[in-house]
Amino acid sequence: MTDWPILSVITFLPLIGALFILVIRGDDEVARRNMRATALFTTLFTFAISLLLLAGFDPDAAGFQFEERRTWFGLMNYHVGVDGISLPFVLLTTFLMPGVILASWNVKKRLKEYLIAFLVLQTLMVGVFVALDLVLFYLFFEGALIPMFLIIGIWGGARRIYASFKFFLYTLAGSVLMLLAMIVIYWQTGTTDIAQILSSPSTLPVDLQKWLWLAFFASFAVKMPMWPVHTWLPDAHVEAPTAGSVVLAAILLKMGGYGFLRFSLPMFPAASEFFAPLVFVLSVVAIIYTSLVAMVQEDIKKLIAYSSVAHMGFVTMGIFALNKQGVDGAMFVMISHGLVSGALFLIVGVIYDRMHTREIAAYGGLVHRMPLYAFIFMLFTMANVGLPGTSGFVGEFLALTGAFVTNTWVAFFATTGVILSAAYALYLYRRVIFGPLQKRELKQIADMNWREAAVLLPLAVLTIWFGVQPGAVISLYDNAVNTLLGQVSAGLELANGVVKEAAARP
Amino acid sequence: METLLKLIVFLPLLGAILAGLGGTAVFRYIGSAPPVQDAHDDDDGHHHHHYDGPRWPMLLTTALLMVTAVLSWIAFFDVISGNTYKVVLMEWVRSGEMTASWALRVDTLTAVMLVVVTTVSALVHLYSLGYMSHDPHQPRFFSYLSLFTFAMLMLVTSDNLLQMFFGWEGVGLASYLLIGFWYNRDSANAAAIKAFVVNRVGDFGFALGIFAAFVLFGSIEFDPIFAAAGEMQGKTLTFLGWEVPALELVALLLFMGAMGKSAQFLLHTWLPDAMEGPTPVSALIHAATMVTAGVFLVARMSPVYELAPFTQDVVVVIGAITAFFAATVGLVQNDIKRIIAYSTCSQLGYMFVAMGIGAYGVGMFHLFTHAFFKALLFLGAGSAIHAMSDEQDIWRMGGLKNYIPRTYAMMLIGTLALTGFPFTAGYFSKDAIIEAAFAAHEPLAMTAFWLLVVAALFTSFYSWRLMLVVFHGKPRASRETLARVHESPLVMMLPLYVLALGALFAGWLFKDWFIGAAEAEFWGAALYRAADNDIVQALHHVPAWVVWSPFVMMVIGFSVAVLFYVVKTDLPEKLATALRPLYLFLLNKWYFDELYDWLFVRPAFAFGRLFWKVGDQKIIDGLGPNGVAARVLNLGSITSRLQSGYVYHYAFAMLLGIAGLLTWLMMGG
Repeated sequence: MTDWPILSVITFLPLIGALFILVIRGDDEVARRNMRATALFTTLFTFAISLLLLAGFDPDAAGFQFEERRTWFGLMNYHVGVDGISLPFVLLTTFLMPGVILASWNVKKRLKEYLIAFLVLQTLMVGVFVALDLVLFYLFFEGALIPMFLIIGIWGGARRIYASFKFFLYTLAGSVLMLLAMIVIYWQTGTTDIAQILSSPSTLPVDLQKWLWLAFFASFAVKMPMWPVHTWLPDAHVEAPTAGSVVLAAILLKMGGYGFLRFSLPMFPAASEFFAPLVFVLSVVAIIYTSLVAMVQEDIKKLIAYSSVAHMGFVTMGIFALNKQGVDGAMFVMISHGLVSGALFLIVGVIYDRMHTREIAAYGGLVHRMPLYAFIFMLFTMANVGLPGTSGFVGEFLALTGAFVTNTWVAFFATTGVILSAAYALYLYRRVIFGPLQKRELKQIADMNWREAAVLLPLAVLTIWFGVQPGAVISLYDNAVNTLLGQVSAGLELANGVVKEAAARP
Repeated sequence: METLLKLIVFLPLLGAILAGLGGTAVFRYIGSAPPVQDAHDDDDGHHHHHYDGPRWPMLLTTALLMVTAVLSWIAFFDVISGNTYKVVLMEWVRSGEMTASWALRVDTLTAVMLVVVTTVSALVHLYSLGYMSHDPHQPRFFSYLSLFTFAMLMLVTSDNLLQMFFGWEGVGLASYLLIGFWYNRDSANAAAIKAFVVNRVGDFGFALGIFAAFVLFGSIEFDPIFAAAGEMQGKTLTFLGWEVPALELVALLLFMGAMGKSAQFLLHTWLPDAMEGPTPVSALIHAATMVTAGVFLVARMSPVYELAPFTQDVVVVIGAITAFFAATVGLVQNDIKRIIAYSTCSQLGYMFVAMGIGAYGVGMFHLFTHAFFKALLFLGAGSAIHAMSDEQDIWRMGGLKNYIPRTYAMMLIGTLALTGFPFTAGYFSKDAIIEAAFAAHEPLAMTAFWLLVVAALFTSFYSWRLMLVVFHGKPRASRETLARVHESPLVMMLPLYVLALGALFAGWLFKDWFIGAAEAEFWGAALYRAADNDIVQALHHVPAWVVWSPFVMMVIGFSVAVLFYVVKTDLPEKLATALRPLYLFLLNKWYFDELYDWLFVRPAFAFGRLFWKVGDQKIIDGLGPNGVAARVLNLGSITSRLQSGYVYHYAFAMLLGIAGLLTWLMMGG
């Protein structure tokens, strides 16, 4: 419907904003204000354009939309486009970024570089979700780590060096294997164009599929992160500045899930089915293990980070249930978790900015001085434990339904997560918010200001809205998920010569 | 009529939102700091404060609930004249075959719940105007009460399992917020979390039940489920490697949810602790309405339960054990609210026995009458507590009948109804359950019958013990307390009078409809009974000794109570000393809290620490990143090089990869 390259504009606009910031001279208050304003304006404008994308998107159309093809430097295939699976992530990213910039309003250290890092990061993240070429995807996927690495390593807390190193080590290990796998895919199919590879059922030999699946898995599992390669996440979160944690939890973690849906399932359907039990086991272990670990944490951010790992367990479980409810649920958990965990890290940021500690024991009784904060925190705590009526419920419910259809053991153990999440989340809330206000340092603490409220209230509204009207989200990807599952079952048919009932179930 | 039904459900929500967001301090301190308070101001938020905020949030929510209650009675009489309604509001979830709407399904079963919930809620709102009048946070309290009412109404009007689950967890949230309403108290916070988490254990089963229903029926909407239930007899599902009868599985899993919400044996531990909440909450949520949701669930799903005989047996067993167990614990408790709480737990057990033997109407009848007299007892207890300056220990009361005679009269009516004094509400409904258990003519039901008869004896004893110790004898309170004892204001007494009318006459007035000659017409299609299920007729034809047994038990219980607490007052002490192990066993509630703490809570924390310190830090990190780091590099040197070196290394590695890939491309192209 548009004849201008809307996806490229959305992708690269932040980069232009970053260039503007780069040329702002000086480090006085005026210059800093200009930098912040530029960054905020850029992200708001990008979000506005992405709404045009939403308006023009036809959920019922087959295949990719808003496609652009170009050749870069005479040899690289620049091909972008969105379908129902990638569009929600693009919107999630553009929606969250203004809030991320607002949450960074009080950053003092190297503000210019800080804002540039985030804007570059936005370009790379959106790029991951719109890329329709293996090379382009790889470029964005791995490139996104560099600004994040810097954000943790430069603006992070006391142990930022250790955390960023760990982050780096894990992701590097995964990415090398993925690169090799991409080369093999090209070798097999003769193209790096994702849309073209997906246009027909996967004909890759089953044995090869398994190796390729494992190679991609190495990268995506680290990104999710799945147990047992999750330990980089709590450290990264704890050390990252608030805005970094928000981006990490809300968007970067979704790249793994997106990767499974974009590559692993449609390109290696037989291998996906073969390895599903492995994923189930890791998912269930993640849900139970990390929920228990979350319960004994003494650091607020670490607790929420472990809770994220548990939620991502629902995602991987849902995806590899290989049925409609499972994949729909996994998609929904990812979107919802983007809102809810993003909000929870912002919430921690509010009191961290005031008290400069993340230790749970340093708080208590905040409700007496911060009623709005207590209310917002309660709302997102409930969304985090998956209370019906919040977005947190819909995804978990559908993912668990999908798992139950495929394997009752998985659903049985994963559903214990609803008990454990209630325990750790309410226990945290009680220790931070409830009780008498006894600590001397907290006696003067102020409630949220307008800037903080302005960041969190839109998230709260969406969390409730998507909880009551999940169709607003599901309808975007409903058709795309059906297509995906059709590809999977067609691929399985080719591989096995039989239709697997599980994948064919609507 | 459709508009009316929508108003019934959404007016309380409107009140909750307006009072909660507009009437409280939520938005008051944006961008500013509240004035610094005195440290000891924060003690417990009750009676030490005066409220000087706006009155409208309390008046508004109460007025809206009054309107809702009137509308509910209109709807009730409309529905029992033979109408049923299904108002689809909008779609909620749709994913493949999994669909669920926001809808209001109103038949007789729902209509009964509507009048119970809105009537008691309206009265409790009214009562709280007086009871909470000194509390500095009363707008928040009324907002929570209305929020609870909304969630409960969504539960009872649901047209599918998912909306029921929404209401189910919604009332759980409201219950959590209200138990922990006085959030300065550690005990209140702990009780709130306990209530939520134990309920979630039940919800774990409920959720699995929904999944199983979806797999079996391909739908979670009630109409398709009820229509197909008959065909599903004999079908099996594979669950955890077992081939199990499908209907039994669905019914059993859903019942686990019911056990949590209705505080049945094994999942009952949260209810006594929930008494940490303000007393009006105990009356509304933890006696009259929320805790009966489990009973409602079984009644609603009667087309499934009726075809799941094994699960019905389980329901009977759990119900009977609960009725007996809770009554034994109630015998020795010393906190006035806890005694009534165990009584509630026990009466819920009665209702489940009725459900399990297929006497759904009888169970619903007891739910209906129990709401009146149990709310009356709680609010009456609240009035006594209020009069005694927040004293809850019955041994520090005594002789109150001369100080607060009207409260005493109301408590007396509640006690008569609970113990089943002839022609009061409990006489018709509770005795009907006992008779039905006998009439079922099954060994299990017969065992249940005897447990219920003994529980009736205990009920009578602990009820009269409470009355005699609190209201009779010599006053044991301090002189200062006694000087301040006062009868509650009219705004608190009025709800008691209304409930007392219900406790006296609800049984006699409604028995023909619920369990008598007109019952088939009254219930219509709302309750399902298998063709051979004639329990409601049979219960009217049991031997005379069965009919008389609850009455005899009531008299014995009363007599023993009089003997213990009026005639020979040193007897209880002696008995407790002579049977000390048994006494301690009962006083400590059969040691369930200790057992669960040892079995679940401690291991959960221990495993959490083990996984964290050993699993994550020693094993995973030790073998992974830290191990690699130690071998390849000296971590210290990384520190200095990070900002310069490592990013470039990484970028370099990536570019190298791209270059390699491009090389491939070119060679291929």
